[in-house]
Amino acid sequence: MTIAAPAGLGIESLLRSMADDEFVIGFSDSEWTGIAPILEEDIAMSSLAQDELGHAAALYGLLADLTGTDADAIAYDRQPAEYRHARLLDHGRGDWAMTIARRFLYETADAVRLEALTGGSWAPLADLVGKLVREERYHRMHVDTWLSRLARAGGEATVRVRAAFETLAPDAATVFTPLPGEPALVEAGILAAPMRELEAAWRAAVAPTLRGLDLPGPARGPAAADGREGHGAAFEWLWGEFTMVRASDPGATW
Amino acid sequence: MSEGGIHVAVARARAGMVTGSVSATTAVDAPAVVAALAEVMDPELPMVSIVDLGMVGDVAVDAAAIRVELLPTFVGCPALELIRAAVIERLARTADPGQSVEVVASFTVPWSSDRITAAGRAALATAGIAPPTEPADVRCPYCGDGRVVMDSAFGPTQCRSLFYCRACRQPFEAIKPV
Repeated sequence: MTIAAPAGLGIESLLRSMADDEFVIGFSDSEWTGIAPILEEDIAMSSLAQDELGHAAALYGLLADLTGTDADAIAYDRQPAEYRHARLLDHGRGDWAMTIARRFLYETADAVRLEALTGGSWAPLADLVGKLVREERYHRMHVDTWLSRLARAGGEATVRVRAAFETLAPDAATVFTPLPGEPALVEAGILAAPMRELEAAWRAAVAPTLRGLDLPGPARGPAAADGREGHGAAFEWLWGEFTMVRASDPGATW
Repeated sequence: MSEGGIHVAVARARAGMVTGSVSATTAVDAPAVVAALAEVMDPELPMVSIVDLGMVGDVAVDAAAIRVELLPTFVGCPALELIRAAVIERLARTADPGQSVEVVASFTVPWSSDRITAAGRAALATAGIAPPTEPADVRCPYCGDGRVVMDSAFGPTQCRSLFYCRACRQPFEAIKPV
């Protein structure tokens, strides 16, 4: 099926960036399946990963319908340099504190982005976004609980979660990297405001939480223009993992 | 009571099938399609039909096709393909010869746990799964007590949370309100 979209509006770069974000964080989270600190977290991280991968599949599906290709081909058949997820997601799974810090920065940024897409003028995306936001509530509940627990615990937990925020700080805002074709997306009413404005809204939204927990915030902005490129070794390893099965038998039907 | 509700729907569906087979010219109508879909159970919640789960959206029937819109409970629900296949398989038996069956997933109307019918909620509770309600209002499906605690917001499927009842000391699951 091919669906019509206003041409040249950056819709492809928007869908690709969102889908790649959800796909990469979903796969990173799924690495906790079987080895999370407690059984409930094994289940929680697996369920969160399943949500994110499901969101990615739906977004890749829209992109595939637009471009006349196949969602799996977009998800699995690119080279690492062709993925357009935010560099925030390129730091490897890391320890539990790193995972929680990354989830907090990503979920809060994704919430701002979804809000800017709510009620947008392109129905296929606006409909999907209406459904995605309903699921995000549980993601926020989960990450807010853990962030507060780690940051207030003192001792090693707090040392580790601070270190994680310091490591992520330079890339924290990269979800808001300006997209090719972005002005047209805003003009068409698909995206409510430019990424730079959304970034400012997100910085204002997370600052009180991070200050209250005495955690280092994102590096001073704005996000680098190449914040969705140059993914590095940790992503190359992850890419090798998530393409392994498909590469083992190209063209197979599952 | 809930099971009675489902059985009534199933009986109606079977009656519809019989009528269809008696006269090949009898057009299948939307209520007959819905009745047939009441026989399709959710693979992850086999005590509830997709109709009682509120997963069936628009149903359109004409001489050429039966078109059914499915509303996924969660965007990434892995059961959706199984459900779609089960719907096609079931409606192929209801469709007139020459009538095709088209099933599409849609987010135009977002599925919400409010769409679960009274019969669906009762069937869930009978199976030990608390029907969707705000976490503070969840009651134990076994003893009805409200002294429960949420162990984890995440359960064995995307749509369920884990609870424990302090009154009857029974762990149970609850459908997430979304």
